[in-house]
Amino acid sequence: MGLQGIGVLAAEASAEIAHVGGWFLSNVWIIPAIPAASFFAILFFGKRMPRGGSEVGIIAVGASLVLALCTAGQWIGAVNGAHGTAVEPVVNRWTWWVAGGVDFTIGTLVDGLAVALLFVVTAISLLVHIYSTDYVAGDVRYTHFFAFLSLFTAAMLFFVLAENTIQMIVGWELVGVCSFVLIGHWWEEKPNSDAAMKAFLTNRVGDIGLLVGVSVLFFAAGGTFSILEINTRAIDGEIGHNLLLISALCLLAAVISKSGQFFLHTWLPDAMAGPTPVSALIHAATMVVAGVYLVARMYGVFFEGMVIAGSSINALALIGGITTLVGASLAFVQNDIKRVLAYSTISQLGYMVMALGVGAWTAAVFHLFTHAFFKACLFLGSGSVSHSVHSFDMKKDMGGLRKHMPHTFRTFMIASVALAGLPPLAGFWSKDEILAGTGGWGVFGATGGNGAYTAMLFMGMATAVLTAAYMTRCIYLTFFGTYRGHGHPHESGRRITVPLWILAIFAVGAGWTNLPKGFQIVPKSWTEQFGHYVEPVAAEHFYFPAIAHATPSWTLAIVSTLVALTGAGVAVAYYRRVDRRAAAGGAATELADGPTSRWTVARLGHRVLVQKYYLDHLYTGIVAKGTAGPIARGAYWFNQHGIDEVVNQAGRKAVAAGQVVYDRIDQQVIDGVVNTTGKASHGAGEELRRMQTGKVQQYAGVMFVAAVVLAAALLLVL
Amino acid sequence: MLLNQFLVLSAVLFAIGVYGVLARRNGVLVLMSIELILNAVNINLVAFGSYVSSISGEVFALFVITVAAAEVGVGLAILLLLYRNRQSVDLSEADLMRG
Amino acid sequence: MDAFLNGWGLTLITFVPLAGAVLVMALPRTQELWVKAAALGSSLATALLAVFLLARFSVSGAGELQYVVDRPWIDVINSRYIMGIDGISLPLVLLTALIVPLCIVYSFGHFPEPRNPKAFLSLLLVLETGMIGTFVAQDLILFFVFFEVVLLPMYFMIGVWGGENRRYAAIKFFLYTLFGSALMLVSFLAMFFLADGTIVGLEVARTFDMRALSGGATAAIARTSQLWIFAGMFLGFGIKVPMFPFHTWLPDAHTEAPTVGSVILAAVLLKLGTYGFVRVAVPMLPEAAAAWAPVIGLLAVIGIIYGALGCLAQRDMKRLIAFSSVAHMGFVMLGIATLTPFGINAAVFGMVAHGLITGMLFFLAGSMKDRYHTLEMSRLGGLLQQAPRMGWILGFCVMASLGLPGLAGFWGEFPAILASYNPAEILNEAVFRSYMVVAAIGTVLAAGYLLWMLQKTAFGNAREEFADSPDVTDASPREYLAWAPLLVLIVVLGFFPRLLHEATDPAVRESLQVEAVNGSPGNCLEVERGEECFERLRRVGEQAGSGR
Repeated sequence: MGLQGIGVLAAEASAEIAHVGGWFLSNVWIIPAIPAASFFAILFFGKRMPRGGSEVGIIAVGASLVLALCTAGQWIGAVNGAHGTAVEPVVNRWTWWVAGGVDFTIGTLVDGLAVALLFVVTAISLLVHIYSTDYVAGDVRYTHFFAFLSLFTAAMLFFVLAENTIQMIVGWELVGVCSFVLIGHWWEEKPNSDAAMKAFLTNRVGDIGLLVGVSVLFFAAGGTFSILEINTRAIDGEIGHNLLLISALCLLAAVISKSGQFFLHTWLPDAMAGPTPVSALIHAATMVVAGVYLVARMYGVFFEGMVIAGSSINALALIGGITTLVGASLAFVQNDIKRVLAYSTISQLGYMVMALGVGAWTAAVFHLFTHAFFKACLFLGSGSVSHSVHSFDMKKDMGGLRKHMPHTFRTFMIASVALAGLPPLAGFWSKDEILAGTGGWGVFGATGGNGAYTAMLFMGMATAVLTAAYMTRCIYLTFFGTYRGHGHPHESGRRITVPLWILAIFAVGAGWTNLPKGFQIVPKSWTEQFGHYVEPVAAEHFYFPAIAHATPSWTLAIVSTLVALTGAGVAVAYYRRVDRRAAAGGAATELADGPTSRWTVARLGHRVLVQKYYLDHLYTGIVAKGTAGPIARGAYWFNQHGIDEVVNQAGRKAVAAGQVVYDRIDQQVIDGVVNTTGKASHGAGEELRRMQTGKVQQYAGVMFVAAVVLAAALLLVL
Repeated sequence: MLLNQFLVLSAVLFAIGVYGVLARRNGVLVLMSIELILNAVNINLVAFGSYVSSISGEVFALFVITVAAAEVGVGLAILLLLYRNRQSVDLSEADLMRG
Repeated sequence: MDAFLNGWGLTLITFVPLAGAVLVMALPRTQELWVKAAALGSSLATALLAVFLLARFSVSGAGELQYVVDRPWIDVINSRYIMGIDGISLPLVLLTALIVPLCIVYSFGHFPEPRNPKAFLSLLLVLETGMIGTFVAQDLILFFVFFEVVLLPMYFMIGVWGGENRRYAAIKFFLYTLFGSALMLVSFLAMFFLADGTIVGLEVARTFDMRALSGGATAAIARTSQLWIFAGMFLGFGIKVPMFPFHTWLPDAHTEAPTVGSVILAAVLLKLGTYGFVRVAVPMLPEAAAAWAPVIGLLAVIGIIYGALGCLAQRDMKRLIAFSSVAHMGFVMLGIATLTPFGINAAVFGMVAHGLITGMLFFLAGSMKDRYHTLEMSRLGGLLQQAPRMGWILGFCVMASLGLPGLAGFWGEFPAILASYNPAEILNEAVFRSYMVVAAIGTVLAAGYLLWMLQKTAFGNAREEFADSPDVTDASPREYLAWAPLLVLIVVLGFFPRLLHEATDPAVRESLQVEAVNGSPGNCLEVERGEECFERLRRVGEQAGSGR
């Protein structure tokens, strides 16, 4: 393989685009190569190593993290050197193979987005590796577990650095397989392998979209898989709008399945059957954001195809918005702590997709960045809890753990607050930017944005309330009240708590990397740093569209904070009441009264929320909402019996259809025809042999009759 | 010329021959009936030959007589063996060729 | 060395296995070790020859036939002994030369009942001669002879060493494929009488020379005749592939055949059909191919979906894998139906990948049958627990088979889908784009049935029935030896598809070229108004020909 050239757009680059280079930026392929090598090393030699191969994984991912940091440093230097002009991504590519005039290349593409993801993936992967050495210690397949963690890390990094759409498909599928293997890690139990299969198959459904979308884009963009070229041509208007729309919708299907968006999200909660570190790494921080990353990568296609600018609704934003609500409402009725977090992840992924749909690109990537840390922290925290109480059931086996597990409790609190979006923690800043990005809704004073996505603003706000409330419920049930489980819970070891604290620190601080412009408390040079380095500056013939930026306002920030606080406050009030009742001998996890007056109370509760009146009614309203609310119940019912049933039925029906086709058509009709032909000739033979009597005189008779007939015919004809 | 009379004789002989071949069970009689058929043919040949003043009719008749002699020889040999094996020359019993 | 290979290489590689078979037959039955050694030795010698041929093969000139031998053979019908390989044949010859020794190694130690290694091995070697001969023959009669030579050993293999229903399966296999070849022979003869070799500079008009026939000698044949000739070949090759709805012999043959027979059937025999399309049908009659392509494509995508549905209904693991062949060969045929160099390259890749992967799956199924004495999936389970390494290998093959990128299967599947978005200029885009979507749906179903199989057989706890069975052991060294090359190749080809494409690409392009388009090489399939181009070609041919 020869180095073909650096920079796809070198020929077209105008003076406005700065070229950058650097050893780390050009040799970034080493970053996924290290964990890939580690995979093989662990697979073949892991069992013979003193720590079962985990040390190789940790060293490899650690090395990748160091390299990722160096790469990030060089990129920051490069952007600084460009002084505000557009910076060309660093592209290295080689010809992989050629066939029939189609050139398949392989290479790396480094820009701010890739660098951010490199850091997220390697950092969280490293922490998860360290965490797992304790969490899965003594597991039968300890070595395999680490091998596949390494492979997953390599595949995810490969996906992040993809230079072309083919590479994206490769990475996309490889992470899917790692997810399959790791969800099914304990495959002895059928539910686990069922969950693994469901995850893989649901993702395959979306992959139809990916395969078709990539094919369409390849030909639409004039025969290239290069991400940069496809985007550039989409933005320059060289691809017809219909083709762009079709390919964007196809890719959206892939995003829906991979990133757990509404109507194909059902696999994600089931995927919690895997070990908790896997849930943290794959099903919260990295793999599930692959869809979001795909949209962010191919943003030229989506931006033009979906006509994001100057609109008020599009498929991307709508799917994202619905997902946030569906995810958040479902998180209420879960008793399994990991399922709460899973639905929460769905909801937050919906936020990201919605943000991309409304044109708030940086906000989406920023939320991806912050979410990765606090959600990983939450998952690892839940793992730490279950490590101690040997269960994931919040109502049956938890409660009052804050005294027993102080570190886990504190980090879980911090991450929850970050998730709920309260200032000054990470989630607040990213969520606020998304809300601002929905477009200038005058009431909150935010300006700018790409359109008037008012509906998305409301969806986002509603989700903020729900998020704060369900996280409060989750924390209460887990850490407050009295311990309901068996045995003596204890704090986990250092290899678990240290990663938790590191993630908690990020959950606090990650948001400060992108303080909004209008935030007057800090110097101006501190604001919008993340966006500055990650978001490409638009230019002529460039791969990134000229998106409009929203300016967040104090009003919006305050309103969204209040909204989140309301959600949390209501839940706190409710559970304090539960506590009082519990002290008097009532149930420790929920209020007994309420169901009869559910509907009225729900309506009244809403009014009370605005008017700060009828407080008691409000609390009972949360019973409805929180534990038995018809909406949440209905949504869950719909989820389990509607959507999920369709999925299951589709599977069953496919098998049934296969059965029918096989039995009736294949075995009877088609094979029947074949057999009948044979039988017919056999039967004909049977019949004809009767003529063969062996009697000479009969033969002579036949001969004579035939001669007479022929003679008669001869006479008649002539 | 008296062609018609010869042809009528020949037809009668032929019909008798065919009847013998198809209806009689005795192998010897069947062979003799075949001779009748052949001789009917011979009469035809000679009659037509003299009718068109050509010698080829007689020539063919001579051939037919020769072949008929051979045929009777072989046929009688078969019948003899049949008789030796089965003590009968009934053709309806000889159906070993049945499929 | 070069001179020797050039003159004798292909003849040797074709007939060394046959000589081996004669040697094996000559050895006394009691000397089993010698019999096995002779068989393994001759198949290894064949493999060694293949390696020599590969080493001396000029990749840059892969579009041209190499090591060509051209001698008079049957003068009466002007059929000649022509052999040669180009980039399309080479991978298939190598695949055959690799698979047969592996099969022999695999069957060392345990032959299926009624044992008789001598007969079994000599049949295997005769089979190898037939397969390699088909891939190297460059004369239609020679091609046909080798094509038919393959039938008999396979018939006996199924009929003698097969399962319970072996007679039925063997006869079905034999008659079905023979029926196809009969029509194919008629087509060959029609082409012999209608084509005009003088167009491409031969001395005589009537010829079986495949080089001449695919180089433009058929240009002057009337369109209707072309369509009929193609239809005959379509049946002959399509049954062998097998294409829906001619596939019903396949599940029966596979289910009943002994393991080694199944492996060879899947790995090489099915490729004879697709190779026929790529080598004979399409290059010789491009105009008819263009007319038939929508039908081929339709049957291909029906096969993809239908095969997958069939798989979902199976209870027997081996039968499931057999049905999956119908689906996978559907992708190969879809690639061919696009009539683009890219699509046909994908098809050739798909052939090799399917050969490696499905061959491997049949090996595994056979080994599981040895251990559990059943392949009823409802009775299996827990392979990963009882034989973890075999379980992982099965998982790996399943992943490869469902088209995981990074393994060989993907590069047969995805490019076929991609190619059908943009078929040859002369074909209707809308039709092929709908095929593309259907094929993409097929990938989901593929994942469905393969994972279902994996879950049923490998996951879960070991069944009580077999929990203490002493037969259920992990893979033996003999099995590793037979499998390792296939597993390695699946990975290597997944990472470096170029290894294959460098050879196939020039050959595929060359095969679609016709010399006589306005005197210079060209491809009427890829120009605007292709029908007129073919019409022009026909006039040019009529003038250039001997004017018969």
